Amino acid sequence: MLGATGRVQMRPRCLGGHAILLVVLICVGCKSKAPDNKTFPFLQRYSSNPSEKTDLVKLEGEDGQWIMPAKNYASTRFSGLNQINTANVKNLKVAWTFSTGSDRGEEAAPIVVNNTMYIVTPFPNTLYALDLTQPGAPAKWSYKPKDLNNSAKGVACCDWVNRGCVYANGKIFFNTLDGKTAAVNAQTGDEVWVSQVADINRGESITMAPLVVKNKVLVGDSGGEFGVRGSLTALDSETGKQVWKAYSTGPDNDCLIGPGFHPFYDSDKGQDLGVKSWPPDAWKIGGGTTWGWISYDPALDLIYYGTGNPGPWNPEQRPGDNKWTCGMFARRPDTGEAVWAYQWSPHDLYDHDGINELVLLDLPINGQVRKVLVRPERNGYVYVLDRTTGQVLSANPFAFITTSSGVDLKTGRLKPVQEKAPGFGRVTRMICPPAPGAKDWEPSAYSPVTKLLYIPHANLCEDAEGVQANYIAGTPYVGANVKMYAGPGGHRGEFDAWDPVAGKKIWTIKENFPVWSGAVATAGNVVFYGTMEGWFKAIDARSGQLLWQFKCGSGIIGQPVTYQGPDGKQYVSILSGVGGWAGAIVAGQLDPHDGTAALGFVNAMSDLPKATTKGGMLYTFALP
Amino acid sequence: MRYAGVVCRVSGVGAVLLALCCSCAKSTTSDPRPPTPDRVLRVCADPNNLPYSNEKQQGFENEIASLVARDLNARVAYTWWPQRRGFVRQTLRHGDCDVIMGIPSNFDQALPTQSYYRSTYVFVSRSDRHLNITSFDDPRLKTLKVGVQMIGNDHVNSPPAHALAKRGIIDNVAGYTVYGDYRSQAPGRDIVDAVANGKVDVAVVWGPQAGYFARQQKVALDIVPVSPQIDLPFLPFVFDISMGVRRGDNALRDQLDHEIEKRRTDIERILDRYGVPRV
Repeated sequence: MLGATGRVQMRPRCLGGHAILLVVLICVGCKSKAPDNKTFPFLQRYSSNPSEKTDLVKLEGEDGQWIMPAKNYASTRFSGLNQINTANVKNLKVAWTFSTGSDRGEEAAPIVVNNTMYIVTPFPNTLYALDLTQPGAPAKWSYKPKDLNNSAKGVACCDWVNRGCVYANGKIFFNTLDGKTAAVNAQTGDEVWVSQVADINRGESITMAPLVVKNKVLVGDSGGEFGVRGSLTALDSETGKQVWKAYSTGPDNDCLIGPGFHPFYDSDKGQDLGVKSWPPDAWKIGGGTTWGWISYDPALDLIYYGTGNPGPWNPEQRPGDNKWTCGMFARRPDTGEAVWAYQWSPHDLYDHDGINELVLLDLPINGQVRKVLVRPERNGYVYVLDRTTGQVLSANPFAFITTSSGVDLKTGRLKPVQEKAPGFGRVTRMICPPAPGAKDWEPSAYSPVTKLLYIPHANLCEDAEGVQANYIAGTPYVGANVKMYAGPGGHRGEFDAWDPVAGKKIWTIKENFPVWSGAVATAGNVVFYGTMEGWFKAIDARSGQLLWQFKCGSGIIGQPVTYQGPDGKQYVSILSGVGGWAGAIVAGQLDPHDGTAALGFVNAMSDLPKATTKGGMLYTFALP
Repeated sequence: MRYAGVVCRVSGVGAVLLALCCSCAKSTTSDPRPPTPDRVLRVCADPNNLPYSNEKQQGFENEIASLVARDLNARVAYTWWPQRRGFVRQTLRHGDCDVIMGIPSNFDQALPTQSYYRSTYVFVSRSDRHLNITSFDDPRLKTLKVGVQMIGNDHVNSPPAHALAKRGIIDNVAGYTVYGDYRSQAPGRDIVDAVANGKVDVAVVWGPQAGYFARQQKVALDIVPVSPQIDLPFLPFVFDISMGVRRGDNALRDQLDHEIEKRRTDIERILDRYGVPRV
């Protein structure tokens, strides 16, 4: 744990590198001081009264509040509020706004608890509490993480984003890019504890929103491109101390795989597959980071989360399935013990991280109601898995795919197309989906009213050809020259309504740019999402018809939420602020002529700077 | 010390001598100049990446920057930033600084000066093993423990990682990260340490790191340029290194080009002191 002492104020970047270096050095020097209870009496309060435990299962069902980015443990992002409906949504107006002061990608979901809204900014990850009882929702307080390590900015792969905070036990929990988890008193903004989870010095960073399950804060890491070894960590919500840590690669002991592990498919059965499915020792730098979403089923008492791509990049160097990368785990939240695992893309060739959202539903499959999880996966298929066993019940394409020809339901295995395999010095064209996938992290929403899943995603392909000189850390090397471009149809984004039972698309809205925002569905049969140009849209949940739209100041890559204000009215909020991997060309001021920048994404996004400018702003809407 | 496919032997004793040389060279070469020149040479550099640079200015790029600045009647001001993804964008192109002291000459994110040295990936092994491995096609590479630096994703990897994989040299490879552990005084040295302490039999490392860290070991290490210099279809192991300025900053580029011409001998001397193998 990091103490609150030895604090260093952030300085503006324009002061130059000396300030940054100073911060880095001081950060290195000040480790592991226990929090001082004299200086921070609230710590005493919490340590002497650790029994204050929120009933999150009850709270997630309250539609007035929005206590975690996914709305609920099942990750449906569905609200039972219905004041705003298909008939009146056209009257929606801005109620109030709040500037985050950041010009980096705003990927976070605002959360709402006890008439307070909480938002986390991109690095340096300031947490704001906004008072919803006051006109204009002024800030009550802000919490600025101390002792930030600025090298995080050089470590983070895809802008300096943060995907949000979560509420439990009177505290707000969130992660910082430089690898820490913070617990902050939800009322006062006082720091309760800060724990170092990921090691920035080894290339690990954190961008994901944590999930709190049974007084454990679940935290995943980022940094697959640095040869890190991915893991999920559970921290005690009252003390910040590590309860368990489950690695994504390596021996069963490290992966918390024991006698209770019963994967569905034969290829996932056997001892130490996290070692044996790699060349010797390669699992030590094998990737499998856990930077995406976690869901929880309280009845089965299982958490579910995905794992990122394997490393190193050249797949010839790592023959085998590379377990447990590009897959997912079901685990016991108390102990971390694995119950089953499955790989979406064994031996991944394309950086198809398997970290997207897992929507837990009970659906009629072949005449029988099954407990399933639905996953729109980066490789282009919507998977429906039995969440008690890990059996794949269906896997149907929702995007244009050239890299595989389907999923074998007998073996559960993806069927790769060999001629689309990229290799060094080999020209491979029309790789679809490309590295960001048919769908990246941006979460879908499910409406139990329409029984449809609303999937924001991209329509992109890439060519990998030739070689390009590059260098990092003083080391020159050459890489494939990757360029992404629009898939069939020429549009780069889609917003789909998907029937998970029938396994088919009901309708599609084509968008010019990749849809990089999350979605929300409501009982008013309105679905909200945003575009990278900055349009915040309300559509009819049944027909997909556009009912209302508002042009926000900057492109939208955030996650909409809806809540009931203290005045009893329904509100809808979204963070605008372009950036992220897709929007790096704007937030990072990349050169539109350098198509290979942002790992080839700039080639597909060279016109984005003409469509939007950067700057973080929260918008909240209401009916007049 | 020039390398033309020959084995060069360095040792700990050499390192001590070099260190002494280094300190006396520093104290005797300072020439009279105004204490605070008006002009500032703004350099973008990594604060912790020996042998190239660190915040104590102990790297050879620091020394070359000081050398150039003296001639330009300028003082050096550093913008420190880890040399990772976004380094050029966040420093040089952001306008915080004007020159990066080392980039590959065909790196298209900056305007390069003429090359001031050409180095190569090298095989590093303990001298007492007498391995004399010179080629990726040496059959012993299929059985010896081979260390190599690797990169996680992005459709890229280090040239030796590709060369080994292509030849099926997989099960006996130990992967190291290019970035190393940033807490360490020298994040790039762990792969060379691994050769010295026997964790690997041979490592394939970019020349400047190999040469510099080999000298800091207690045992003598052999450093041999890899061959072929270009593996088919087009995988180069030899890179020309230039200084890099912002695209369009032709004036500074021209000045630096002139400096490189004028100070070639002094630059060579600095590179020699740091054990940078050249081809």
